[in-house]
Amino acid sequence: MYRYDEFDHTFVHERVAQFRGQVNRRLSGELSEEEFRPLRLMNGLYLQLHAYMLRVAVPYGTLSSRQMRMLAHIARRYDKGYAHFTTRQNIQYNWPALSDVADILHDLASVEMHALQTSGNCIRNVTADQYAGAAADEIEDPRIHAEVIRQWSSLHPEFSFLPRKFKIAVTGAPNDRAAVKVHDIGLRMLRGPSGEAGFEVMVGGGQGRTPMIAKTIREFLPKQHLISYLEAILRVYNLLGRRDNIYKARIKILVHEVGAEVFRDMVEDEWALIKGTPVELPPGEMERIRTYFAPPAFEALADLAPEFDRRRLVDPVFAAWTRTNLFEHRQPGYAIVNVSLKPEGGVPGDAEADQMDGIADLADRYSFGEIRVTHEQNLTLPHVRKTDLYALWQALQSLGLATANIGTVTDIIACPGLDYCSLANARSIPIAQQISQRFADMDRVHNIGELKIKISGCINACGHHHVGHIGILGVDKKGEEFYQITLGGDATETAAIGDIIGPAFPYDGVADAVETIVDTYVALRQNGERFVDTYRRLGGEPFKEKLYAAR
Amino acid sequence: MPLVKQGRLAEDAWTTVDDEARLPATGAVIVPLSRWRSQRDALLARGGGLGVRLDSDQRAEDIAPDLAHLQLIALNFPTFRDGRAYSTARLLRERYGFGGEIRAVGNVLRDQFLFMHRCGIDAFEVADDRAVAAWQEALEEFSVFYQPAADRRVSASRLRQSRKAAE
Repeated sequence: MYRYDEFDHTFVHERVAQFRGQVNRRLSGELSEEEFRPLRLMNGLYLQLHAYMLRVAVPYGTLSSRQMRMLAHIARRYDKGYAHFTTRQNIQYNWPALSDVADILHDLASVEMHALQTSGNCIRNVTADQYAGAAADEIEDPRIHAEVIRQWSSLHPEFSFLPRKFKIAVTGAPNDRAAVKVHDIGLRMLRGPSGEAGFEVMVGGGQGRTPMIAKTIREFLPKQHLISYLEAILRVYNLLGRRDNIYKARIKILVHEVGAEVFRDMVEDEWALIKGTPVELPPGEMERIRTYFAPPAFEALADLAPEFDRRRLVDPVFAAWTRTNLFEHRQPGYAIVNVSLKPEGGVPGDAEADQMDGIADLADRYSFGEIRVTHEQNLTLPHVRKTDLYALWQALQSLGLATANIGTVTDIIACPGLDYCSLANARSIPIAQQISQRFADMDRVHNIGELKIKISGCINACGHHHVGHIGILGVDKKGEEFYQITLGGDATETAAIGDIIGPAFPYDGVADAVETIVDTYVALRQNGERFVDTYRRLGGEPFKEKLYAAR
Repeated sequence: MPLVKQGRLAEDAWTTVDDEARLPATGAVIVPLSRWRSQRDALLARGGGLGVRLDSDQRAEDIAPDLAHLQLIALNFPTFRDGRAYSTARLLRERYGFGGEIRAVGNVLRDQFLFMHRCGIDAFEVADDRAVAAWQEALEEFSVFYQPAADRRVSASRLRQSRKAAE
């Protein structure tokens, strides 16, 4: 993992001191709420329906056990004993007092964390593949470059007042687990003509009220030019992005309005003037950062683990968990373990302080002290010996964290919705809970297979509904909550925006509708195809028929 | 309005005029880009300091060929949220080598001073004297910077590498 050096420590402490000053100016009345707003937003502090909400950055979703314990401590000391992991791989506290926030940031700084640029019209906390450094299909660890981006974007003097927020995602593998095509910039690592690693650069993806899949503007960018190329994109956007209408201010609208080719030409023209100049990292710096992401001290193990196989044979509940929650590791004898934060009837992404501490202990014991946060609102222990899996699973069970549902119908993404969020039109969490309870039978869940349900409580799409296999969008119709359903969305390398299936459903009808869709799929699927494959083969008609036949 | 330069309240020797107002007989003036374009010869013949004001939708390229005639560029921030002039300032300094004064005007707030300074802005027209006192404080809030920009502050990555080379 990256470790702060004296520069990073100084920077974050200076930032805490600056924010403490800003809070004091607000508390003393020197700053009005209106003047304070952009300042607190630069530090992840929102004013929500009932209280302030503090969003803490988890850069590229990587946490150490020590950091996780601090997050638990903050939940206990300053909040109500729990917190919420988000689709941006961040963590949110829903009930902090304004007067405590500087102290929280101080505590975070002690474990090399901050809340910088988790909101505001700036370059937001960079996200990456949660399996970085562990996945078998990886070309190069995306965290190296994500850390380069984190530093470069921190209080960038030119790009802190962009037309709108700006999100960059990085994946180091051909299989996209970071939804890079629905980000303002998506970077996908690949090998260039002479075998060196670099990036495909995609621009203008996004969700919200105008969902778009990012366009590739450069097939291959040598990685040493990453910063100059990003700087060129951001400069073109900063100067030309629309500022007359908040709903048309994201880079996707600019790319769409001028056309991807014209946009690419503008970026390339700008880049030609700054490529190879000191805006790029000095020689040696990328290698310095790379050393922090060296693989942990893996043992040389046989890939076969007879004890693991035996346990799978004798314990069907464990066996089911291994089928859904494990992912192939690059190192023989190891596995990537996903920890579901979607228990039956639970709030997607929520974790209690005791669970966070428990995960930290398990990470120390079984995963070199490393934890990841996924954009699907789960946690990952990236490096676990297969021989340890049974003991780990038992420990997760006692923490209430062994739900065997990763990638299934109950592994639901949901935004906080109208239970917390001041932007929301409808509740998201209770819809997720209803669906989760409807599909409580785990055999049924496993029989249904891979199915991604994503729920947003408003058009801003924090719950990624556009790219859910089944997407659910809460809308307000004359004061009543209704839910529009989309089918066929996809957040991976085969990214697609879902299609609206028909008229919206009332609050009480959503779980029924989802069940109808799922049952229709199960009846129609062929040769073990996934829900999204069936949808692509047959289109929306069969689902529409079943959903609206009775109406 | 108070003008801050190098951390101090500065005497403002410049008169800002719009498109219609009569030019003062003598003394330095700041005119809008449109007036510079339409009255270029008269303005050059006039002598005295000459500055051009760019609105946030006007670009560094719009004035780049004329910079040799100008001692000052004023960049307007219609609201602090409009960040276009940060790019314009950097381009004026880094790409077009402008060495005169770059002045921030409009909604110029304490919490943006450091960003502006890093982008090459060296004069700040502020709303009241409170901001004058805060200027130095705002510039000293950080000692670590992660990007090279239009100022002389050295980025952390460069300091790391030069320190390593010295070892």
